[in-house]
Amino acid sequence: MALLEVKNLEVSFALRHGDLVALNDVSFTLDKRERLGVVGESGAGKSVTGFAVINLISKPGRITKGEILFDGKRLDQFSEHEMRSIRGNHISMIFQDPMMTLNPVLTVGTQMVETLRAHRKISKAEAEKIAIKKLELVHIPSPERRLSQYPHEFSGGMRQRIIIAIALLTDPAIIIADEPTTALDVTIQAEIMDLLLELCDAQDMALMLITHDLGVVAEVTERVMVMYAGKVIETAKTIDLVRNPRHPYTKGLINALPGHGECDQENRLQQIPGTMPNLTEIAPGCSFHPRCDYCQDICRSTVPELRQIGESKERWVSCHLVGKGQL
Amino acid sequence: MNDSIVRIENLVKYFDISGGFLEQLQIRSGKVRLHKTEVKAVNGVSFEIAVGETLAVVGESGCGKSTLARTVMGLYPPTSGKVFYRGERIDNLSSKQMLPYRQRMQMIFQDPYASLNPRKSVRQTLEEPLRFHRGKISAAEVNERMAEVMEQVGVNPAWQDRFPHEFSGGQRQRIAIARALVIDPEFIVADEPVSALDVSIQAQILNLMMDAQDQRGLTYLFITHDLSVVRHVATRVAVMYLGTLCELATTAELYDTPYHPYTQALLSAIPRVDGTKQKHIKLAGEIPTPINLPTGCVFHSRCIHADERCRNEIPELLSVSDTSGSLVACHAVAEGRL
Ligand SMILES: Nc1ncnc2c1ncn2[C@@H]1O[C@H](COP(=O)(O)OP(=O)(O)OP(=O)(O)O)[C@@H](O)[C@H]1O
Ligand SMILES: Nc1ncnc2c1ncn2[C@@H]1O[C@H](COP(=O)(O)OP(=O)(O)OP(=O)(O)O)[C@@H](O)[C@H]1O
Ligand code: SF4
Ligand SMILES: [Mg+2]
Ligand SMILES: [Mg+2]
Repeated sequence: MALLEVKNLEVSFALRHGDLVALNDVSFTLDKRERLGVVGESGAGKSVTGFAVINLISKPGRITKGEILFDGKRLDQFSEHEMRSIRGNHISMIFQDPMMTLNPVLTVGTQMVETLRAHRKISKAEAEKIAIKKLELVHIPSPERRLSQYPHEFSGGMRQRIIIAIALLTDPAIIIADEPTTALDVTIQAEIMDLLLELCDAQDMALMLITHDLGVVAEVTERVMVMYAGKVIETAKTIDLVRNPRHPYTKGLINALPGHGECDQENRLQQIPGTMPNLTEIAPGCSFHPRCDYCQDICRSTVPELRQIGESKERWVSCHLVGKGQL
Repeated sequence: MNDSIVRIENLVKYFDISGGFLEQLQIRSGKVRLHKTEVKAVNGVSFEIAVGETLAVVGESGCGKSTLARTVMGLYPPTSGKVFYRGERIDNLSSKQMLPYRQRMQMIFQDPYASLNPRKSVRQTLEEPLRFHRGKISAAEVNERMAEVMEQVGVNPAWQDRFPHEFSGGQRQRIAIARALVIDPEFIVADEPVSALDVSIQAQILNLMMDAQDQRGLTYLFITHDLSVVRHVATRVAVMYLGTLCELATTAELYDTPYHPYTQALLSAIPRVDGTKQKHIKLAGEIPTPINLPTGCVFHSRCIHADERCRNEIPELLSVSDTSGSLVACHAVAEGRL
C-alpha cells in the first residue's frame, strides 16, 4: 500500500462568475521514502495539489470530489481538529512563500519550540534540544546561538534551511516542498537540493517536490508527474521522462530548454506555440489541443484518459495518440 | 577598437543609504561625526561590447547586475568611471544632450507586470516613444510602424486597444519588447527578460529576441542569472561577484574551461536535466555585503584557494594565457596555483 494515495481529486473555487475547477481528476501515489516531483507551468495546479493533501485549501475553494488516503486513512474526511494532528506532524509542508512559515516578529527558537509543543507534550528545554538537533541537521553553524535570532538576520539560503528544519521538527513521514529553491541563487539552490536529498535518505522521509524547474526535478526526484491546466498529463520515472518524454506537452517542455532540445540551423529553440489557457476557458477535448502539433479530430472532442503506456508500469500518459503507433 | 558600440571604463556606482542628516550623526569616542553608509553596488567594472554581439552578465542576486545595466543606460549617474557610446562619452551628458542616444539605446525589464503602465493601451504604449523621438510623424506612419512591430513580436495588431491586464506574462513581455523595438534602436539592455516566464514561453521570447537581432543587427547587453539561457544566447559572458568582474570570456571558453573559482562553482551548480548529476562545488563561508566590502579579493571569504595575498591585495582582471582570450581576476590563477 502506498503511503499517500490521491484518487480522482477535484478542487473547485467558487468565484463570482461560477466555479473554477483548479484540479480535475488528479490521481497519484507516493510511497514510503519516495521522492516525487510535480512540474508544470504557472497556474497548472501544483500548489493547490500540495495544499489539498494537507487539507489546507483556502476559502472560496474546496475539495469537490475524490479521496486522499494517508496510511489508509481518509484525510479528506478528517475534521479540522484531526487534521491538525497530521499537518506539521506526519506531513509537513514547505510553502512557496517563506513568510507563510516564518513569523518575522518571533525568534527562530520561539517558533520552533511552539511548533513542537503544539504536537507533543514536552518541556521547553526538551523542545529546544530537538530544535538544535534539527538546525544541526540542516547544517546551520552554532545552532544554540541562532535560536535567539530573528528571521531577517539570516541570508536567503539560511532562512530556507531553517524552514526545512522547522518542517523536520516532528520527524514527518512526508515533506511537501513547494518551490523551495525558486527564490534562491543557483549555488544556494544546489546546496538546498543536496540537503533535501541527504535528509530524505537519512530520515526515511518521502518528498513531494513541487517546482517548475525540470533541472531541479531531474537532480532530486525518482518519479515525476507533469501537470497541465489542472490535470496530470504524464507520470514516469524521472530519468525516463527527461530522456524520453511521451506526451506532446512534455516533449515540448523538455525540447524548449536551452541546451537540451535540438535547435534549428539558426540556433532557435524549439517552442510550444501559444500559452496555457485560463482555467475558465479550457477547450473541450484535450486541454492541450490548441497548442498541439499532433492534434486530430478526436482531440478536439474527447477528453483523453490517463493510461498506462508501454512496458514500465510507472509510465502513464493522457493523450489519445501516444502508444497507438502514432506518437 | 572602432567596432565597439559601448565601452565602460572603471565604472563605479555607490548608493548612499545613510538617510537624513540626523541619522548620519554618530558619536564616536566622545566626538560627534557624520557617518555615511554606502552600498558599493558596482566597483570598477570595465568592458567593451562589439557591434552585433550579445554580452551576458551573470552573477548571484545583489551582485550589481541591474545597477550596472542602469548605469550603462544613463538611468543612474555613475559615482566614477566613464561610459562611451560609439566612442562618445555619454555618462556626463545633460538629459537634453542624451536624447539622441535614448533613441538608439533601449531597455527591457525583468517584470513584464511592472514595466508596462496598466492604464495605457498597447497603442498608447507604442505610440508614445514614436511621437517623442520621431517628432512630426503622420498618423498613418504611426499605424504602419506599430502594426509592423506588433506583427514581428507576435502580438495580433488587432489587439492594440487592449490593456496590459488582458494579456498573459509572455504576451506582456512581447509588448515590452515591441516598445523597445518600435523606435528602431541599435543597442538593447535586457535585464532578466525571461526570468519571470515559464519555460514554454521563455523559448518563444528568446527566439523572438534572436530573430530581432538577426533582422536588425541589434547588439544586446543581456543580464540574467540563468546559466543555461546564457549559454544559448550569449557571444561573451561577464561573471560578476559583489560588484566586481571576476571573469570575462567567450561563451564557449567559459563553459569549456572556467578559470575563476566562483565561475567554477556557479557552473557546477546548474541542475542538469539529463539526469547526469554532477558534483556541486560547495562554497564556504558567509556571503559578505556590499556595504562592508571585504579587503583583497571580493571572493576570498568563500574561496577554498584563498591565501594571505588574496585577503589583502585586490586581483586585477588579467589575460590567463597567450592562447586563451579569457580574462580572470584571481591571484591563484595568475600564480598558476589553480
Ligand atoms: N484562492 C484562490 N482563489 C481562486 N483561484 C485560485 C486560488 N488559489 C489558486 N487558484 C487557481 O488555481 C489554479 C492553480 O493554482 P496553483 O497555485 O496551484 O498553481 P501553480 O501550479 O502552483 O502555479 P505557480 O507555478 O505559479 O505557483 C490557478 O489557476 C489559480 O488561479
Ligand atoms: N536604488 C538603490 N538604492 C540603494 N541600494 C541599491 C539600489 N539599487 C540597488 N541597490 C543595492 O545594490 C546592490 C546591487 O543591486 P542590483 O539590483 O544591481 O543587483 P542584481 O545583481 O541586479 O540582483 P538581482 O539578481 O537580485 O536582480 C544590492 O545590494 C542592492 O541592495
Ligand atoms: S491528445 Fe491530441 S491534442 Fe492532446 S496532446 Fe495528445 S495529440 Fe496533442
Ligand atoms: Mg505554486
Ligand atoms: Mg537585478
